[in-house]
Amino acid sequence: MSVEETGYPPFPAGETLLARTPDRARPDQGGAAEPLLEVTDLRVQFRRGGRRVNAVNGLSYRLPAGRMLAIIGESGSGKSVSVRALMGLLPETATITGSARFDGSELVGLPEPEMRGRRGADIAMVFQDPTRSLNPTMKIGLQITEAVRAHADMDRNAARDRAIELLQLVKLPVPERRLVEYPHQLSGGMRQRVMIAIALAAEPRLLIADEATTALDVTTQAQIMELLLELQERLGMAVLMISHDLGLAATYAEDVIVMYAGRAVEYAPAGTLFEHVRMPYTQALLGAIPRLDREPHAPMPSTPGQAPDLTALPAGCPFAPRCTSADEQCADEPPFAEHEPGHWWACWHPVRDGA
Amino acid sequence: MTTVHERPTETSESPLLRATNIVQEFSVRGAAGLKSGVVHAVSDVSFDIHAGETLGVVGETGSGKSTLARAIMQSPRAKSGEVHFQGTDLTRLRRRKLVAARRQLQMVFQDPFGSLNPKWRVSELVEEPLVGYGTSGSNGRRQRVRELLDLVGLNPDSYGRRRPHELSGGQCQRVAIARAIALQPALIVCDEAVSSLDVLIQAQVLNLFERLRSELGLSYLFISHDLALVKQISDRVAVLHLGQLCEIGPSEGIYRAPRHPYTAALLASIPTLGAGSGRARRPKPISGEPPSALHPPSGCRFRTRCPRAAQKCADEVPQLRESAAGHRVACHFPLDETP
Ligand SMILES: Nc1ncnc2c1ncn2[C@@H]1O[C@H](COP(=O)(O)OP(=O)(O)OP(=O)(O)O)[C@@H](O)[C@H]1O
Ligand SMILES: Nc1ncnc2c1ncn2[C@@H]1O[C@H](COP(=O)(O)OP(=O)(O)OP(=O)(O)O)[C@@H](O)[C@H]1O
Ligand code: SF4
Ligand code: SF4
Ligand SMILES: [Mg+2]
Ligand SMILES: [Mg+2]
Repeated sequence: MSVEETGYPPFPAGETLLARTPDRARPDQGGAAEPLLEVTDLRVQFRRGGRRVNAVNGLSYRLPAGRMLAIIGESGSGKSVSVRALMGLLPETATITGSARFDGSELVGLPEPEMRGRRGADIAMVFQDPTRSLNPTMKIGLQITEAVRAHADMDRNAARDRAIELLQLVKLPVPERRLVEYPHQLSGGMRQRVMIAIALAAEPRLLIADEATTALDVTTQAQIMELLLELQERLGMAVLMISHDLGLAATYAEDVIVMYAGRAVEYAPAGTLFEHVRMPYTQALLGAIPRLDREPHAPMPSTPGQAPDLTALPAGCPFAPRCTSADEQCADEPPFAEHEPGHWWACWHPVRDGA
Repeated sequence: MTTVHERPTETSESPLLRATNIVQEFSVRGAAGLKSGVVHAVSDVSFDIHAGETLGVVGETGSGKSTLARAIMQSPRAKSGEVHFQGTDLTRLRRRKLVAARRQLQMVFQDPFGSLNPKWRVSELVEEPLVGYGTSGSNGRRQRVRELLDLVGLNPDSYGRRRPHELSGGQCQRVAIARAIALQPALIVCDEAVSSLDVLIQAQVLNLFERLRSELGLSYLFISHDLALVKQISDRVAVLHLGQLCEIGPSEGIYRAPRHPYTAALLASIPTLGAGSGRARRPKPISGEPPSALHPPSGCRFRTRCPRAAQKCADEVPQLRESAAGHRVACHFPLDETP
């Protein structure tokens, strides 16, 4: 992904990111008002040879401005594909259906030129793969200043100052030095921070962070997350984060979605979700988190079996072949519904508290 | 797993891998008013790994973990130092011999997308090491590829014909792992090898690693930011700070009673998710900015952030000293042994 393609939006010259006040042309979308992003029954199918890969199978959620939503779940369950669909960044082999309304207007089916305008200006994304997002032959400084100047009327010096400021914001040591370096000269975690800086150059209203802090040590990770919280509060930015780190989601996100086989299987405010787990799959995830109190070489608790084949999804609950609570009823698809206030899940035999 | 490949015999006391005084530096050219300089990425690091052992490597981002891993793989070679693997010094081997040695030495790279040839199909990617090192018969190879994909939780029928861009991040990472274990090497260098996986698949892969270790005597150099995970799989742990080794020893001991102030700070920064309550505890981050690898502080490189720092720490580089059996610490004023 070149900077060109992602098309980063204007940044008003002379204004610093943190100095901008939330009331500036930013309608309040919190509370019961219309959410900034509302995704309804999103589906993505890829054509591959004669077969179809059902990557996302009916995903729905709401994200108000100023909030953080975490998507966690199985590897290959459609987390990245579902957000790339919002950004209009899927290959031609993908068919997208359903709806994704951003600030009241529909993103699904939006023609590319309009989508390009949205991308960056309103929605910015930090991608899971740093090597595909940064241009290896271009110095870091040029990549950031290009992003900064893509739409902003700013001379080179101002753009350079702004780039340094952004790198400071993401806690990259000696930012002046980084400007003249190439991506391969940075460590994995440093590259990730550069990508976050580029995404923030846009001052987006929605930031999508796909495994954005995975290669960072816990201290740097905490610093970045605190920064995102701060931007959320000050700018009313909404954050959609994808992570395999359940602790991170529990600590920073207000709401959490758990995905399995292309669908949401549990969805609740973070506190509710982790204190009152209902889905057997979520419970299995929690049980498999590495723990400091285990002895070296102690076997990890494992859940046998594999995720279902997305080209031939079985009827019924997709977790059934691996679920210890499965019975005949699970051959019917359990409805994804709000079974308790604010707490959604899709299971016939939800886990009870304290189980 | 199929056949166990023969390995050159070793005497019990000689380690599988012995890295001695590894130094890696990069010169960076100055521009726009910046002076040229040298990045001290890895400075005089030495350690051993024995057959069947897992050495965990931890440290902040930018501390030199990947650079050290690549120096062991000889790509690029370290500026100085020796890497003895199965008795031969890899730093002196010519290309052909090195390629032969690499059969026993594999690496899973930090970036799952970048390390796979985008034009190849999954089955070709996994088959390649088998072809390269002469596992004969295409039928046998195809069978082995299926077996390997199954082991990393990828259904060979649905994924074998895909190309990397048709995979998720974690699926790419699993293909890279399948490649690394394909030849049952003696040592696998894992650089954040499981960090793109959900915890269930992660557990499955780690159990696979454990099984290969206990059944075939594989060894691992295991780099990760997940300190709990490192503890669970490592016999010993090495702590890197700004290119220097500050502490190395049995993982139980290091986690129970870290002796180096940096290790202690690193451990205090671990976020926890209460198993029963589901409540998360915000970690205590290490205070201060890590110093620049371009101009590291004199003496102990942690001194600008260390609560125990004294004059001596600026004047003298602390040397690694044995504090308990197999536990070595580079600090002038180490923490007490009792936590
Ligand atoms: N271009 C494509 N063609 C066919 N299938 C695809 C394509 N891109 C992705 N997929 C499949 O879609 C599913 C969802 O992929 P996605 O990248 O969204 O997973 P993910 O949840 O982000 O996983 P991870 O945590 O491993 O990154 C995967 O099973 C993947 O193999
Ligand atoms: N080719 C290079 N040229 C210049 N500097 C480099 C090069 N490769 C690495 N460095 C520098 O060496 C230092 C160590 O980098 P390395 O990638 O080994 O860190 P790391 O411990 O793996 O970090 P992370 O946890 O973020 O992956 C960093 O300061 C990095 O910028
Ligand atoms: S619906 Fe049945 S199989 Fe699915 S998670 Fe619930 S109990 Fe398990
Ligand atoms: S040598 Fe000094 S500065 Fe370094 S860790 Fe020990 S006490 Fe701290
Ligand atoms: Mg993904
Ligand atoms: Mg690294």
